[in-house]
Amino acid sequence: MAVEERSETGRVTRGREVADIRLERVTKRFDDVVAVDDVSLAIERGSFFALLGPSGCGKTTTLRMIGGFEEPTGGAIFLGDADVTGLPPYKRDVNTVFQSYALFPHLSIFENVAFGLRRRGQRGDPLKRRVEEMLELVALPGLGKRKPGQLSGGQQQRVALARALVNSPQVLLLDEPLGALDLKLRKQMQLELKRIQNDVGITFVHVTHDQEEAMTMADQIAVMNAGRIEQLGSPDELYERPRTAFVASFLGASNLLRGRAAGEGVVRLEDGTEVRVPAAALAGRTGPVAVGIRPEKIRLAAGESNMLEGVIAERSYIGVSTQYIAQTGTGSITVYAQNTDHGPSGLAAGDRVTLSWSPESTFVVDALEEERR
Amino acid sequence: MSIAAEQLPAPRRFDLSARAVAAARHHLLTLFAILALVYLLLPIAVVVAFSFNDPVGRFNFTWGSFTLDNWANPFGFPDLRGAVVLSLEIAALSSIAATILGTLIALALVRYHFRGRGATNLLIFLPMASPEIVMGSSLLTLFLNYSIPLGFATILIAHIMFNISYVVVTVRARLAGHDRHLEEAAMDLFATPWATFYRVTLPLIAPGVLAAGLLAFALSVDDFVITYLVSGSDQTFPLFVWGAARVAVPPQINVIGTMVFAAALVLMFLNIAFQWRRSPKGAA
Ligand SMILES: Nc1ncnc2c1ncn2[C@@H]1O[C@H](COP(=O)(O)OP(=O)(O)O)[C@@H](O)[C@H]1O
Ligand SMILES: [Mg+2]
Repeated sequence: MAVEERSETGRVTRGREVADIRLERVTKRFDDVVAVDDVSLAIERGSFFALLGPSGCGKTTTLRMIGGFEEPTGGAIFLGDADVTGLPPYKRDVNTVFQSYALFPHLSIFENVAFGLRRRGQRGDPLKRRVEEMLELVALPGLGKRKPGQLSGGQQQRVALARALVNSPQVLLLDEPLGALDLKLRKQMQLELKRIQNDVGITFVHVTHDQEEAMTMADQIAVMNAGRIEQLGSPDELYERPRTAFVASFLGASNLLRGRAAGEGVVRLEDGTEVRVPAAALAGRTGPVAVGIRPEKIRLAAGESNMLEGVIAERSYIGVSTQYIAQTGTGSITVYAQNTDHGPSGLAAGDRVTLSWSPESTFVVDALEEERR
Repeated sequence: MSIAAEQLPAPRRFDLSARAVAAARHHLLTLFAILALVYLLLPIAVVVAFSFNDPVGRFNFTWGSFTLDNWANPFGFPDLRGAVVLSLEIAALSSIAATILGTLIALALVRYHFRGRGATNLLIFLPMASPEIVMGSSLLTLFLNYSIPLGFATILIAHIMFNISYVVVTVRARLAGHDRHLEEAAMDLFATPWATFYRVTLPLIAPGVLAAGLLAFALSVDDFVITYLVSGSDQTFPLFVWGAARVAVPPQINVIGTMVFAAALVLMFLNIAFQWRRSPKGAA
């Protein structure tokens, strides 16, 4: 019941862009390690938000500060309008799905799921109905009497989800919830998590190091690196217009070419070639920059306004596409060519080739020398 | 082909003799195991058997004739009842106190980072590592320096002290085996620290706490050296036995000893039965 109500309000307020979680200049230091470094972000109500980054970049620490398990060294955390910095976990309207699931081994599945409701004073039939409803939502009806040790990893994961969701929290935190599952189950659970989030309309904050998982599930992704947020945006924004070399290489593959800004929407590469880029991409940058192109956006023929001459150095057939590595005056460039026609394409190693791509498919990041930490 | 056929029997013979050696080894191992068990159990068997002895003279060392008198009258010797009661009182109080204190210390050591945690971890081992005679004489010096009258209170303090170490070690092992996130999960699900403790932490460590309590009880009943030094004129059961042995060894000592042994056996079988009852369900 409560879930449906919340999903209603979730949808209504989504248009108004109310921030459900706000981090203001949050820093967390462990002795001499700065785990989270001056992070500010706002997470929209009802959205599926992913914190993406390599291992050790501070994702878990950020999540734990939202949950109340760690105190920020500096800064403030808001849930809705309330400042919750310093509030213990049991006073926050937030629930967590732990990476290890952390199911209570001495309690039955039913009692695990009922735990939060009981602490809030719910008893009797309403409690029973609510728990069973939730076990149905995660496709585990009738397993209430078992103990966590008697379930498979995938089932335990669902119980952990049910145990958190049953409380209809304002925000659900998930720390690599699919990390322990095998690939097939992980793909299946990704879709299922997305479906459940749609059904209940609760804000999900999902921590992962898997860019594909983040792209599949999230409305908004914050890419973290070394305790900082590199870029925040929708999956397509991050993929099409990465702002840093780190984001460009963490989300998919990309070719990065050194150059210098040379006026409105033009970058001159090291070999003198001029590359046209969207004016907005340059964003007033001067001096050394790097130009980025995704491998699948490059054609192996003239025809687009940005062009480079090169020689095919390597060719590997991957089935759905063929991957070429071409040597050019500014370094090697990877190209993915879709195998839309029957049979292998005609290009072989040693062939001369003209590479071309459109200015719209080009992005600009800070110069490579200044590679972030 | 023919070469191969000729060579075949040889490995088989080798195989047979190897099996014979293996079998002999196997039985040798069994034999050693039986000898070791006999070595361990024979003294207990003698204690039990001599509890039914009607000794000639004051020392229960040689077999006279069979009797049930000792069992009908287990406290039929001056001061024996008082000594047993004192031992049980001290054991009960010291094991309860040490279990509570030791469990709290173990929780603090495993779950919290605080100044002096490393030192505490080390110091908690000291009572287990240092010789009892050193512990006992140091305590005696302490009590004398502060003019604390020796007796019930000093025995109790000493027993609580050495028991705490064993409790901490036992409970800490149990705590370390559990996911630290379980308690965070409880708090995440709106349990206050107190509710987290009695709904999650305590049920999880209960078997360890129980084991620690029983161990403390047994150690307390058994202790001689430290007790001897700090007891003043009070007598626990081990002190009584030692004192009596100089003038007489009554068979009642064997009766009490057999009772303690039987109680331990009953507890052990209860534990096995309890685990056996749980495991088929757990495996289903
Ligand atoms: N309790 C802690 N004590 C000391 N250092 C910690 C602690 N928790 C995390 N760290 C450090 O903070 C950094 C970020 O950790 P974490 O947030 O777990 O990263 P992620 O979840 O992205 O892999 C790491 O360098 C880690 O070693
Ligand atoms: Mg992590």
